[in-house]
Amino acid sequence: MSLLEIKNATLKFGGVVAVNDLSFSVEEGEVYAIVGPNGAGKSTAFNLISRFYEPFAGTFTFDGNNLLDREADQVADLGIARTFQNIELFEHATVLQNLLVGRHRHRKTTLLEEMFFTPRVRREEERHREAVEEVIDFLDLQPYRNKMIAGLPYGVRKVVELGRALASKPRLLLLDEPASGLSVEETQDMRWWIDDIRKQMGITVLMVEHDMGLVSGVSDRVLALADGAKLAEGTPAEVQANPAVIEAYLGAGAV
Amino acid sequence: MRIHFKTSYAHDIRLFPDRWTLSIYGSLLVLAFALPYLLDEFFLGEVTNVLIWAIAGLGLMLLTGQTGQASLGHAAFLAIGCYANTILIEQGVPFIIAFPLAGILTGLIGVIIAIPVLRLHGIYLAIATIALSVLADDIIVLTEHWSGGVSGKFPEMITIFGFEIERWSMPSRFYYLVLVVTIICTLFYRNLLRSPLGRAFAAVRDSEVSATAMGVHIARTKGKAFGLSCMITGWAGALMGYYAGTFNNETFSLVISITLLMMIVIGGLGSIHGAFFGAVVVAFLPQALSILKDNVVGSGVAIPGLETGVFGMILILFILFEPMGIYGRWLKIRTWFELFPFARKDMFRRQKSYLKTERLR
Amino acid sequence: MEVLQLLVSGLANGCVYGLIALGFVLIYKATEAVNFAQGDFMMIGAFVSLGLTNAEYMDLPFWIAAPLAISIMAVFGYLLDLFVLRHLFGQSQTAVVILTIAMGFVLRFVAGLIWGHEPQTLESPLALGDLQLGGVVLGMADVAIIIVTFLMTFFLYQFFQRTKLGLAMQAASQNQMAAYFMGIPVKRVQGLVWGLSGATAAVAGILFASKGAIDPNAGLLGIKAFAAAVIGGFGSLPGALAGGLIVGVIEPFAARYLAAGYSQIAPYALLLAVLVFRPHGLFSQVRVKKV
Repeated sequence: MSLLEIKNATLKFGGVVAVNDLSFSVEEGEVYAIVGPNGAGKSTAFNLISRFYEPFAGTFTFDGNNLLDREADQVADLGIARTFQNIELFEHATVLQNLLVGRHRHRKTTLLEEMFFTPRVRREEERHREAVEEVIDFLDLQPYRNKMIAGLPYGVRKVVELGRALASKPRLLLLDEPASGLSVEETQDMRWWIDDIRKQMGITVLMVEHDMGLVSGVSDRVLALADGAKLAEGTPAEVQANPAVIEAYLGAGAV
Repeated sequence: MRIHFKTSYAHDIRLFPDRWTLSIYGSLLVLAFALPYLLDEFFLGEVTNVLIWAIAGLGLMLLTGQTGQASLGHAAFLAIGCYANTILIEQGVPFIIAFPLAGILTGLIGVIIAIPVLRLHGIYLAIATIALSVLADDIIVLTEHWSGGVSGKFPEMITIFGFEIERWSMPSRFYYLVLVVTIICTLFYRNLLRSPLGRAFAAVRDSEVSATAMGVHIARTKGKAFGLSCMITGWAGALMGYYAGTFNNETFSLVISITLLMMIVIGGLGSIHGAFFGAVVVAFLPQALSILKDNVVGSGVAIPGLETGVFGMILILFILFEPMGIYGRWLKIRTWFELFPFARKDMFRRQKSYLKTERLR
Repeated sequence: MEVLQLLVSGLANGCVYGLIALGFVLIYKATEAVNFAQGDFMMIGAFVSLGLTNAEYMDLPFWIAAPLAISIMAVFGYLLDLFVLRHLFGQSQTAVVILTIAMGFVLRFVAGLIWGHEPQTLESPLALGDLQLGGVVLGMADVAIIIVTFLMTFFLYQFFQRTKLGLAMQAASQNQMAAYFMGIPVKRVQGLVWGLSGATAAVAGILFASKGAIDPNAGLLGIKAFAAAVIGGFGSLPGALAGGLIVGVIEPFAARYLAAGYSQIAPYALLLAVLVFRPHGLFSQVRVKKV
């Protein structure tokens, strides 16, 4: 059984069909990329999985759980973490605090315990901190640990957001345009990280990305979308060679 | 320049990061406990007033500074705490139970009110809380049977296991009571900040979308923030009742709500220090102004609206020139000394941001 | 008859709320900020016109003083934006809310210093006489208020919907940066809106002071006008007027038919009810943020 299975998902905004009868599935341990021109419904698909949008129709299954039974805040408990296209970090907190919020789904302590900061809370805090430090080591964020987000450059913010998602120790990681706005070197780093996330941490990755270099470098399978519907699916090479995809990207006659 | 090396995660978790801070706050505490022997009764009363305002400030700070929800109605919760405490004691409940219970009761009422109100954003929240504050006044008049209405109430003398505390005749005992409550509230606040809930508060404040994606339940988290905030505010209200010696429907007016919010802005949003700095300004401004007025225009001349006018002026200056409040300015000065001579002028420069419509949120 | 009489006096009061609410909405539409000092703007406008008109001050003819007062308030609004609010560009809405509340405090204090705290009435030709209409007594001032309010709402509405400047104001509020790039001088547009709302406040002040006495605390009326603006929905000018009328009409009826004590609660209870069930007013424009 696939880790994430989406069948016949449909969503309309007013009269506009954002996602049209879309079906795809992501297997455990793979890197699955969604590509497509602007407005193809890539981010919408993500927001459907995160339960920010309510679909008109379709089934969403994650590891045997029906996602539609969950509220948006319960999705993280299943082991799904995500990043955002336009970085959504907690601006007035430090990098460390941001990453610790990623641990929210692992908290075990209650309000009363936290008010009195019982030894259990302290132990838990140390445990959270260890988990976060692993992520900091992995992403080389040491220099920024106690820096406020508000003063950080764009590239670092992008990494912190990835780190926050990783800190929650997810089974499925949703990356919404992880390389957008990054320099060539930063994109290269991102590529290695995504590779390691899959290989070392065993996390399945579903990403939306425009940079075809990154997509063909890391992903096992690619889904091409246009106007909210599936255009092609297969290995990066297959999808790139697909005439329909080339036409959608470059316009008719470009072949 | 002072550098400290961290050798374990506990360094970041414990209350005081190093010996230096520990010794500073330790000596502050010793000073606080020695104060009744250093000050005369008038000034001790003033310091007590500062602490009570600081408790109320901590309450509102938790909601506004930490969770990002501005409330212009917290006087209503001061009132609830005050009346709950007094009425419980009149019913024969001993102070040692009635006082904590009054806070908890205020917190519960806060949660009930929060459920519909906290769905609102920004200005709508501000308006709804204003309405709360106005309504509280009218409700106190309407429930005259319990509240004493316009003629008000006089809190009874506090007795803890036979030990008597009264604000006028034993100011130092009352001071110690307030001090202990202040310390407890500050510890609660600080503990929440270093645990998951405190971080969830900050997450809700800065980005509701990604907080949700990380598994934070927005409504529940805001509800907890509102409840805890009201609980602390309720305690402050009960103490205010004792401090004033008498209170009625007009004691906890909209102006108090507004003053409270302005106080934490002046002090510095989002920090414990801010609540205390702000409280100092609020409590001492009237005294300072009356001394100034007596010297300039002579005593006996009343200038209505002088206090609120000057207070408003101070607030405008802070928002324009130091939006981080007194605490923000304090941090800048401290950093300048700590880094001397390497501090740069641009270190605290704010990032430019552009406003997007709330209507599309 | 009694019902009709209550209705008419309610409408006249409601129009004053409506006029103040118009000021809120103007600023909100164009800057996304909320001017909690709008009620105090009205109070200042009333005092300025009173200072120009009344015999013990400048003793100018009313028909010269009124336009003068309106222009003074327009300049006042513009300067306030120029020297104070513009520096908050990009800060949170809450900062603006707190700032304008503080501004209200300062304005009340200053007005008290200049004009004193005794209630005063504007020597206005509008205050003369009553109209008898089939048993209903209408003050001339009430009639003037109702007519002027409806005209103002109509013209401001047309201004926002039809003129280039009005549309630019709306655009500036929806996305400041995009409006910048489209060549809209966002800051100047915002300054103009503050001026416009100052002028509106002056009109409200003149009418209010013709109808009854004013003192520096008259601006607290702004809270009720605020409730009115919310009930109508902040984004809509006709909505603001409607909200004002609703609040204005509820008050005399609640005072007449409800037990004492409950009548002051009525507008606020309505406000809370609207906020709980229609969180963004009766004419809302809110959609979900896109990520």
